[in-house]
Amino acid sequence: MFAFIVRRFIQAIFVMLIISLVGFLIQHNIGDPVRDLVGERVTPAEREVIRDQLGLNDPFYVQFARFVKKAGKGDLGLSFFYKKPALEVIVSKAPATIELVIVTAIILIIVSIPAGIYSAIYPKSWFSRIIMAFSTVGVAIPVFLTAIALIYLFAVELNWLPSYGRGETVNLWGWESGFFTWDGLKHLVLPSISLSSVMLPLFIRLVRAEMMEVLETEYIKFAWAKGLHRRRVWFIHAFKNTLLPVITVFGVQLGILFAFTILTETVFQWQGMGFMFLEAVERSDTSLLVAYLVVVGAIFVSVNTVVDIVYGFVNPMVRIAGTK
Amino acid sequence: MRTWDRFKKSYLLYSFKRDPIAIISFSVLSVFVIISILAPVVAPYNTYDSSTFDIMDGETPPAWMEGGSKTFMLGTDIQGRDLLSTMIYGLRVSLLIGVGAVLFQSFVGILVGLLSGYLGGKLDAFLMRLTDIQFSIPYLIVAIFTSAIFKLAFGVGRYAELAVPLLIVIIGAAHWPIYARTVRASVLGEKNKEYVEAARVIGIGRWQIMFRHVLPNTLTPVLVISTIQVAENVMSEAALSFLGLGMPITKPSLGSLIRSGFEYIFSGSWWITFFPGVLLIIFILVILLLGDWLRDVLNPKLYKG
Repeated sequence: MFAFIVRRFIQAIFVMLIISLVGFLIQHNIGDPVRDLVGERVTPAEREVIRDQLGLNDPFYVQFARFVKKAGKGDLGLSFFYKKPALEVIVSKAPATIELVIVTAIILIIVSIPAGIYSAIYPKSWFSRIIMAFSTVGVAIPVFLTAIALIYLFAVELNWLPSYGRGETVNLWGWESGFFTWDGLKHLVLPSISLSSVMLPLFIRLVRAEMMEVLETEYIKFAWAKGLHRRRVWFIHAFKNTLLPVITVFGVQLGILFAFTILTETVFQWQGMGFMFLEAVERSDTSLLVAYLVVVGAIFVSVNTVVDIVYGFVNPMVRIAGTK
Repeated sequence: MRTWDRFKKSYLLYSFKRDPIAIISFSVLSVFVIISILAPVVAPYNTYDSSTFDIMDGETPPAWMEGGSKTFMLGTDIQGRDLLSTMIYGLRVSLLIGVGAVLFQSFVGILVGLLSGYLGGKLDAFLMRLTDIQFSIPYLIVAIFTSAIFKLAFGVGRYAELAVPLLIVIIGAAHWPIYARTVRASVLGEKNKEYVEAARVIGIGRWQIMFRHVLPNTLTPVLVISTIQVAENVMSEAALSFLGLGMPITKPSLGSLIRSGFEYIFSGSWWITFFPGVLLIIFILVILLLGDWLRDVLNPKLYKG
């Protein structure tokens, strides 16, 4: 087990090094830190002095080592546009994205589990057929079209809900939260519904498939034979055993959900990390872009490492398969 | 001729004829493909030629609505281009990128999978680690990052010029691990069978066995993934274009058309978003349905068991 954890950590560090190398190469080749510092109106000679001072004329590997060392301390450079440390900008945008993902996860759970269970118990009923038809067509609808349709219906035509921004937020110990004002909650409705529509078809199918499989097993037949109430059989005996695979997939899909926040945030001009990233691309804010790359890479790598190690504890096959 | 006879008697055709969903999806898809290949002939206007449209015609609603004009059946977009023609050209671009990226990623993926599965050893371990790493980051994030980086590296104008080949590479590079894994798995299953051993015994070279003998037997799953991958790629392309990282508005794909229409949805010009959106959904849906059907048919466990 210990060897497995060590191997997993080495792999994580290796991946992070690759990601930072990519980030460094971008910064090295595209960005111009001198311009970021002093603007355009400086003579070439003065520029050269600044370049020397900043160490931009050092050999490649020296600069890369410096980049990694600074990144390790949390210094990812200055954002050209915000005139602030890039990491600070990203951290200030994170709460918006995290809140969006939290609400989306809640919607996913409270919709997909009942819908999946219902269509597993009554596979032939018309309501299940509608649910299944929805989940077939739903896969083919890109998230931005769902978002636009919702905006058109609820914001343009009916004028019930706001279509962009986060609305009023409350500052709780540095965390800008939209959970505690009526306005903030109203702004969350459309983005979170759109974002959940990406995963909803998949989850309904997953819960349904798992539930149907469990309902066929011996112990459920035995529970029926014992004469237990059908609610007890469905919700206590069967449902419990569908949960484990559902939770596993949910964990994996959360990362993918994060990718789709970029699209959702663009449509709703949601001031989160994804929106900031696209703004950085448009403004050629290279440092911020690189910082985002490194931060997102670090999040994915650490989540994957933790998940793998937890799996290693739970399922010995994982750690043996990796050895060979 | 013999192949045709064999095809006529095949299980594939038999189950196709008995599945109305497959028939409908296939016909719709064929129509789309033919229209996009023949776009210059079929489309009422050539939307790539700026002399054929006038900005004064901008935001004309569809023909049956008030203010609509007979010359523009589905209305016009912001720049006054005929929406129907723009959509046909957009479909063409989306299809081109979707299929192109599949070719690219299957080429890379099959090569990696074949080498990795057949040769094994250190190379296999290294290549599979690589797919592991890429799998751990969602493909959409990979595609968005690479396109953003390319856009910065090439500059906006140059990126717009090279958009089609670049997008093929970007989207293809984001998806290749699936192919590598699938091909490797089937190669591992094939490589110890008698026919491979027989080929080895009569002294056929390693490379020839790999490409002439093993490869054809691993292509069934590749065909199934490829169908679904075309849909995935079209979706990725639409997403990138919607973010402004894909096709420029002068040569719009369906995604960039939706993006340009979205800016005007608040002023009531819903058709610029609506028609391309519906076309995109139908396009993706028929490919997915066809892919599902193909998977069910070609998966021998399902029909023999």
